[in-house]
Amino acid sequence: MFSAYIDKQFPLISAYLDIMRIRFLMMMAYRVNYYSGIVIYAINIGAYYFLWKAIYGENETLNGISLVQMTTYVAVSWMARAFYFNNLDREIAAEIRDGSVAIQFIRPYKYLMVKIMQGFGEGIFRLLLFTTPGMVIVTLILPIELPKDPAIWALFMVMLFFSFLINSQINIMTGLCAFFIENNEGMMRMKRVVIDFCSGLIIPITFFPGWAETVLKFLPFQAITYLPGSVFMGTVGGKMIFTVLGIQVLWFVLLSAAVFQIWRLARRRLFVQGG
Amino acid sequence: MFAIDVSHLSKEFKVQKNRQGLKGAFKDLFVRDYTRIMAVNDISFQIAKGEICGYIGENGAGKSTTIKMLTGILVPTTGNIQVNGFVPYKEREKFVRGIGVVFGQRSQLWWDIGVIESFQLLRKVYRVSAQDYKTRLDELVERLQLQDILTRPVRKLSLGQRMRCELVASLLHNPSILFLDEPTIGLDIVVKTEIRDFLKTMNQKYETTILLTTHDLQDIEALCSRVIMLDDGRIIYDGGLQELKQTWGKGTEVVFQFADHYSLEHLQELTQGLTVQWSKENDITAKVWIPQEETNVSQVLSRVVGVMEIRDIQILQTKTDDIVREIYRTGSAASTGGSAAFPATDSTAEAESKAASHV
Repeated sequence: MFSAYIDKQFPLISAYLDIMRIRFLMMMAYRVNYYSGIVIYAINIGAYYFLWKAIYGENETLNGISLVQMTTYVAVSWMARAFYFNNLDREIAAEIRDGSVAIQFIRPYKYLMVKIMQGFGEGIFRLLLFTTPGMVIVTLILPIELPKDPAIWALFMVMLFFSFLINSQINIMTGLCAFFIENNEGMMRMKRVVIDFCSGLIIPITFFPGWAETVLKFLPFQAITYLPGSVFMGTVGGKMIFTVLGIQVLWFVLLSAAVFQIWRLARRRLFVQGG
Repeated sequence: MFAIDVSHLSKEFKVQKNRQGLKGAFKDLFVRDYTRIMAVNDISFQIAKGEICGYIGENGAGKSTTIKMLTGILVPTTGNIQVNGFVPYKEREKFVRGIGVVFGQRSQLWWDIGVIESFQLLRKVYRVSAQDYKTRLDELVERLQLQDILTRPVRKLSLGQRMRCELVASLLHNPSILFLDEPTIGLDIVVKTEIRDFLKTMNQKYETTILLTTHDLQDIEALCSRVIMLDDGRIIYDGGLQELKQTWGKGTEVVFQFADHYSLEHLQELTQGLTVQWSKENDITAKVWIPQEETNVSQVLSRVVGVMEIRDIQILQTKTDDIVREIYRTGSAASTGGSAAFPATDSTAEAESKAASHV
């Protein structure tokens, strides 16, 4: 009923939703990737858990974070990564390089919107078939303390959505660079490492040396993993939560402007130069 | 109003020049050298609604660049374009809803999903009502016999099947103008014929204006009333196919197969006074070349038929292929050369080196 209504009133939105659905189905079709993904994430979470356990040793807390909180952080960060991670940069770069991006301009829709929706379809797939069951299993195996307040859960979901948006924006920008430099393979690799490292996935931001922490606080990466992770493990609470959410929103807005600008330049280049 | 109205259209590309050698590479790091290439150079043409127009030229002549400007993918350097009443690169989204495009070398369908899913998605993208979509799809599917492959993913289709699906995809929203960039490339003769027939019916039924580029001149012969020929970014011919043949097809060849041995001298005697040229094929077969302007075929036939006993007569028209090859070779349709035989120069290599492919 609802989808029929959307279909009639907002056919384009319905088309975008369809694009998302199709990507979801595609992910279903390529399940092998999915199974190998489970193994990789399981190894990562396990490895970081044991690493942190060794680092903590006899200590109760480090930098005000207990081992249980740290374990929770590691687990939730990796699971969140499963949701927000996508290969939009690679897809866009490939489409630019083989010229099929031109075809996208003879369709009455917005290319970047299509890309975001595809990324979201992928994200939803992993959220349902990967993150959720993965989180249940991890909770059973590792000593993890989940938030008890449903409001925190709800807020975490919202923040996770922003993580996805911000990460996708960075991906899109990296991908679009293929318009300006012939080979942005190295750039995409670097981006992946930078995001994993600077977002706090590997080490929470508070563990960085003071100057690095300050620098990272002025970069968008922390908004991807560290901020939602801190809310989830409970090191950020009370009014601070809204500040943290505000930072995410702010980065989303700033990056939107940047993406828009790069997209405009890229389009001009395509229009004038033929890609 | 014209469906397509182009005036003084030009497109210039800046192409990076790479210097040679290590020293050159170093220089390139700091100062890049650019060459300017006029891909399309001051062309003007109008295409009326419902017309099928062939757009031909060598590789790199500027065909694709023109199509890209007409579809709004590229912005012209100078000149004006009006397609369907729109300036293509402005109001892009509104404009593209009224056109259909097929790039023969590039799939527009989603690779991994069933064909029908792609169609349904396109229906939404182009905002076609469910009812229109159904009627339209039923008609197209039946016409192109796609019933059995609708649920298959595109990557599992043969090229012929895929191309038919591409055509359906480009026509679902009933566009008034259809751009086809080499729609029959790589297809077998059966599918080619089928696609030509299909395009023809679509054109007649819906008055769809069609502009197609192709290297297969049979496409042109089967479909187009009009040809625009491009060379080096300029239009070198614009007019009917028939006229092109008349101006450029310089003559006719007639092959006689006689009942018995013949002598060439005897034949030459028979056609004395006519500017024709006999040649011997074998003992019983002779060939005569009849230049178009000076002699006509019936004169020759009337002189030979009564005298000799003939088993078979074959009249060979100059093929469009030959005509076009000759025009490409000389580089202009304006100059009319007098040579009778067309030297089979393979101009591909030349064309390739001239070609600057732009995406």
